[in-house]
Amino acid sequence: MKIYVPGDSAAISVGADDVAAAIASKVGDSTIIRNGSRGALWLEPMVEVETDKGRVAYGPVNIEDIDSLIAADFMHGGTHKLSLGESEKIEWLASQDRVTFKRVGIIDPLSLADYEAYGGLVGLRRAISMSSEAIVDEVKESGVRGRGGAGFPAGIKWKTVADAVSDQKYICCNADEGDSGTFADRMLIEGDPYTLIEGMTIAAIAVGATEGIVYLRSEYPYAIKTLQRAIDIAHAFGWLGSSVLGSKYAFELKIRVGAGSYVCGEETAMLESIEGKRGVVRAKPPLPALEGLFGKPTVINNVLTLSTIPAVMADGAAAYKARGVGRSLGTQVFQLAGNIKRGGIVEMPFGISIEEVVNGYGGGTLSGAPLRAVQIGGPLGAYFGTDKFETSLDYESMLAAGGMLGHGGIVVFDDSVDLAQQARFAMAFCALESCGKCTPCRIGSTRGVETIDLIIQGVKVDENKKLLLDLCEVMTDGSLCAMGGLTPMPVKSAMINFPEDFTGEVSRR
Amino acid sequence: MTMIHEHDFGTPASKKSEQVSLEIDGKSITVPAQTSIMRAASMAGINIPKLCSTDSLKAFGSCRLCVIQVDGRNGTPSSCTTPVADGMKVVTQSEKLDRLRKGVMELYLSDHPAECATGDECEVHVVAKKIGISESRYAAVSTHLDLAKDESNPYFTFDSTECIVCNRCVRACDEVQGTFALTIENRGFEARVSSSGTSFIDSECVSCGACVQACPTGALTEKTLLTIGAPTSSVITTCAYCGVGCSFKAEMRGDELVRMVPLKDGGANEGHSCVKGRFAYGYATHSDRITKPMIRNAITDPWKEVSWEEAISFAAAGLKKIQAESGRNAIGGITSSRCTNEEVFVVQKMVRAAFANNNVDTCARVCHSPTGYGLGQAFGTSAGTQDFESVEHSDVILLIGANPTSAHPVFASRMKKALRKGAQLIVVDPRVIALVRTPGVVAAHHLQLMPGTNVAVINALAHVIVTEGLAKRNFIDARCEEKSFKEWEAFISLPENSPEVLEASSRVPAEEIRKAARLFASAPNGSIYYGLGVTEHSQGSTMVMGIANLAMVTGNIGRKGVGVNPLRGQNNVQGSCDMGSFPHELPGYRHISNADTRKIFNDKWGVTLDAEPGMRIPNMFDSAIAGNYRGLYIQGEDIAQSDPNTSHVHAALRAMDMVIVQDLFLNETAKFAHVFLPGTSFLEKDGTFTNAERRINRVRPVMKSATGKSEYEVTCDLATAMGYPMSYGSGAEIMDEIAATTPTFAGVSFKKLDEVGSLQWPCNEENPEGTPTMHLETFMRGLGQFNRTPYVATDEKATRKFPLLLTTGRVLSQYNVGAQTRRTANNIWHTEDILDLHESDAQLRGVADGSWVKLSSRVGETIMRARITDEVPAGVVYTTFHFPESGANVITTDFSDWATNCPEYKVTAVEITPSAQGPGAIVETHIDGDVQLASIIRMVNQIAANFTVTDAPEVKVAHHIVQFWTPVMIERLHKDVDKSLLSPIAQKALEVMLVTK
Repeated sequence: MKIYVPGDSAAISVGADDVAAAIASKVGDSTIIRNGSRGALWLEPMVEVETDKGRVAYGPVNIEDIDSLIAADFMHGGTHKLSLGESEKIEWLASQDRVTFKRVGIIDPLSLADYEAYGGLVGLRRAISMSSEAIVDEVKESGVRGRGGAGFPAGIKWKTVADAVSDQKYICCNADEGDSGTFADRMLIEGDPYTLIEGMTIAAIAVGATEGIVYLRSEYPYAIKTLQRAIDIAHAFGWLGSSVLGSKYAFELKIRVGAGSYVCGEETAMLESIEGKRGVVRAKPPLPALEGLFGKPTVINNVLTLSTIPAVMADGAAAYKARGVGRSLGTQVFQLAGNIKRGGIVEMPFGISIEEVVNGYGGGTLSGAPLRAVQIGGPLGAYFGTDKFETSLDYESMLAAGGMLGHGGIVVFDDSVDLAQQARFAMAFCALESCGKCTPCRIGSTRGVETIDLIIQGVKVDENKKLLLDLCEVMTDGSLCAMGGLTPMPVKSAMINFPEDFTGEVSRR
Repeated sequence: MTMIHEHDFGTPASKKSEQVSLEIDGKSITVPAQTSIMRAASMAGINIPKLCSTDSLKAFGSCRLCVIQVDGRNGTPSSCTTPVADGMKVVTQSEKLDRLRKGVMELYLSDHPAECATGDECEVHVVAKKIGISESRYAAVSTHLDLAKDESNPYFTFDSTECIVCNRCVRACDEVQGTFALTIENRGFEARVSSSGTSFIDSECVSCGACVQACPTGALTEKTLLTIGAPTSSVITTCAYCGVGCSFKAEMRGDELVRMVPLKDGGANEGHSCVKGRFAYGYATHSDRITKPMIRNAITDPWKEVSWEEAISFAAAGLKKIQAESGRNAIGGITSSRCTNEEVFVVQKMVRAAFANNNVDTCARVCHSPTGYGLGQAFGTSAGTQDFESVEHSDVILLIGANPTSAHPVFASRMKKALRKGAQLIVVDPRVIALVRTPGVVAAHHLQLMPGTNVAVINALAHVIVTEGLAKRNFIDARCEEKSFKEWEAFISLPENSPEVLEASSRVPAEEIRKAARLFASAPNGSIYYGLGVTEHSQGSTMVMGIANLAMVTGNIGRKGVGVNPLRGQNNVQGSCDMGSFPHELPGYRHISNADTRKIFNDKWGVTLDAEPGMRIPNMFDSAIAGNYRGLYIQGEDIAQSDPNTSHVHAALRAMDMVIVQDLFLNETAKFAHVFLPGTSFLEKDGTFTNAERRINRVRPVMKSATGKSEYEVTCDLATAMGYPMSYGSGAEIMDEIAATTPTFAGVSFKKLDEVGSLQWPCNEENPEGTPTMHLETFMRGLGQFNRTPYVATDEKATRKFPLLLTTGRVLSQYNVGAQTRRTANNIWHTEDILDLHESDAQLRGVADGSWVKLSSRVGETIMRARITDEVPAGVVYTTFHFPESGANVITTDFSDWATNCPEYKVTAVEITPSAQGPGAIVETHIDGDVQLASIIRMVNQIAANFTVTDAPEVKVAHHIVQFWTPVMIERLHKDVDKSLLSPIAQKALEVMLVTK
């Protein structure tokens, strides 16, 4: 008898461990599997039971519910007030187009057998049979773009590294998922770590690297634990090591745990941090693809980018790029957070509208108050009002609308939000997290906070708004990296889309 | 005089040969590929505003003032970090760029004092003015304007309120100095420069000044700049400390020296400096300086200040009297490696021409004389083969008996740069010197040998290379003497030279030697650097030849990145040797017995030079004690403190009737002097120093002579008073005489030096611009000569009574006998000589860390403080000789190099016992017996031992003695020595000498 209780951090945060323990103590003769979360976070802890007709779900389950669940014979799919029916038929999940997240929540994260049973290793096996050039071509052809936020075509980056001549190359996975309202990297690692390992191994074979490093933020202790165990198991079973799956390729993988700095998610600061230095941004050029980790050619990709590669290699470029719109091909893993009724993971092809995601999947605000703003793409993303909800969620359309897609995080606010305070928060966040290297970001962010404070207080509002816009230009065009360069985006979008919050008059409420 | 301004191109020069053409603000320019747009613009005369970049450091891209626009590219990249590209069109001035620069500057000004203490030294205000902005619109609630100053360093201030966090200081500490003492604390707005969480003085900072040099504001400032004020004129001159010979701008305000600023254009240092050259110049104007001549009849009398005329005539009369009574050979002189080439040349000329003998020696006797002998034998001249820059092209560096981070800091920084770039290091040293493991550097091998076993290690390395087939046959066939190689090959292949056999002596594991040998032999470019840990041994000369053998057998001579490089201890060791300071050699290393050479000087000077070699310093001491040597002129050397076996030196000095000391201070030797002639500091001299890379650098007078005379003038006056008139109108005139008489200096003149900055000899018709790398196609002597180098253990052995081996060296902040550095604020780092010993040796003797210990050897005793450390292995102890109070040379013995009599400072058998009281309790032993005869016997046996493996060793021994010994000593060898005390080869050599006579 198999019972699934997610071991995902989000599920644990709402009591999944207690639920699992309670079930274990009260239900004998069963196996509890700590799967990943399927991503319907408002239903967590979502308990599933394997029955003759497949997995049946209940949720959200609290420990107080266990006795009644047992009484309702949930072990055999019995009906209960928390019944969600067959897992595969939950509309919120079933309607999604899961490519990167196809196994997350379904399999036992550390089971090699589960992984293979659900299509794992097909891509890697195919890659091993191909030439390096052919792999790079396939990835280029698929149109996969960097999911970290910049959306740079992964294949082109790989080609640069593949063409570089060096005695050593590296694959670095950026798992320093620091954007507010984002959690897809963590859920992927906790729910399906072998996908990331497989993706990194394919990248290594494609560019001629033999060492990989996952830079994983310290705030993700469960992800660290799961990934480390996955690496150890993969190594023990020959998926990693001196001969990957018995091939001529060697690949070793290590985890480097971050130390709590947001800017270390910026790729060059991340390299510095991995090298054991202060997490400070490097000037580019040289590109990390040519002079990256320890000065060697390095592929740096986000968790989602690398975890998408096995599917691309397994199903082929054509199948992948059949999804999406324009130059934004494939799927995007949206993360719904903030004041939202149905938060969690929504993986859909690029091109879905904000409206469909936020009001469709998300169901509007949790508070029930009118939705006033969304911030898309993390703390450096733009604030949009509902007037922009028809915007297509793809790289180009978002840019045209004055925002960005970023890592796919969407944070929802109801009408209690004060956008001047949100603008101030953007500057304050930058002031807190700036590495302190370049002047616009180092001094500018603090001056930004001070200037917005004056606007909020109604001091020389027009002058200070002008000064703030001047500062935004200096930060946008003068900063060394995207941290300082994008901080003006939430500030300016708030000023443009919600000018009524910047009048200097005492707050609207 | 005006201020010398060195242009800052913003980023370092590209070393690419490929050229790229581009257009900047409509101007076409062609520059090497990889040049930054900033540098290219600067070369085209367009100076883009900047704060965080400077051409001594890699581009950083933090200030964002240097933004530019490029046709066809998005955005406004920083010009310091963006390389040029062919056909690129760059705009450095536009409305947009102007807005951005003003915006950035507005941010800077919002957290910077409105007025800075250093005025125009602060580039923030200079650049703000240039881009046309004077104040900031920001309310600026948070600032750093109330932070406290760090005044802990004696030489510079760190004022964080002026700091703009450009990281130039941090980067200079990392990239230029390689110490990694500085960092940025915190992040964002709170990011501040920090000496790693403590005050500067308590940090790892070595006070090299690189950070002060790099700082664009007044945040890091020389204290003298704040107390004296901005300089108004500057003079380029050369540091007078170690053999690196750094070039500096001496910046003056009126007659006062404000600061010494390292010269970017200085060939030796390229803009870098160390704590001594940069800051420790205060001794030059110290109140201890004696500026008036003084005389006295007996050393027990008080000094009497007299006129120059009286002092000179008193000295001359004394010397003439001695010559009248005891013969012309009863007096002599010692030149100084601290003085200029011109001063040295004049002293040796005085001895040879006015004293009419060859009793001239130099303090290089006690440091690098074996280099002269060894490299002379192998290559044909006494000089390092490379320039300093060469080390940056090395793949494997073999560092033997040298501690560059303390003794040659500016060169050490260069070496560390090469090591950080990937070169591998093999350290041969009894001690764990800093370079064994220091930030950014881990030596591949540390061959931690016992003191005195260098030759065992070098032979073992060569044995492995030859027997494992790693010798570079092509090089040897083309460049070296076949016969000498064959003989050497057979010798070095003997099992007795294997690492396995020699391990018993050196205590270096054979496998470690084998690995190190393979690494060195496999290097495309392998270089050898060495110091006094090689030369100051009974087999110093043998070791130098062993090093030369190793370089030749691995083909590492005659190009960049390779070579044999003696790191010279003093500023002008190379020069003083070049200038004919040795008793057997005329300027340019030409033997005194050569009639053609003598003729050049006889003709020029109008004298008849003595064809026989004169006395070496130790011979002078022996003869003095014997009563035959009674008058000595000593320029700028404190033999009473620096020479070994202090008791012996003191006895010799006491025995003399006319000791003339020319120095800045009443040093230890002056206690035995009858005449004191005040000398001039390097800031008052007009001449040249020649550094360890043979680079002749100008020393220019920065201030007037405090004594009213230049030092060479005084020497000339003495010569004149002795009856041989000498006079020169300027240092330049002396150099002209050197050039006229010495082929390797033929192309050198002050005029040429002033034009090109510096010249590396040989500089003559064939090499008019000098010679950075020697022996390119052939060796100076034609074919390179391999010399057989049998390992002969020193007689100075650990015994039951003296079970430990003492070795000596230098610390960073102090310098040799400390006459200069002890008179500066450098004492803050090192106030006394310390005895380093291993914990096990300390425990055995009940010695606590920091307690007083009595250190005794068979020749003397002294007391100093102990430091327990694992930098020395058990059985080995270490100290410095910077302080007269502890006088470490009371302990060291008369044993010396067989070929050159360079003292065996690096090995003395000692014992340590706890002591209740502090330093100053020096016990001198009594000197009795015929010390000269004892020396003669020891020396002849030593020479014989080092020739055992050659054919007809007795002929070699005889030849060596005739070449280097004075006739008096040879006579005593024949007449007074009990032959039964001589080894069989020595006895045979005596017979050979009788026959050839």
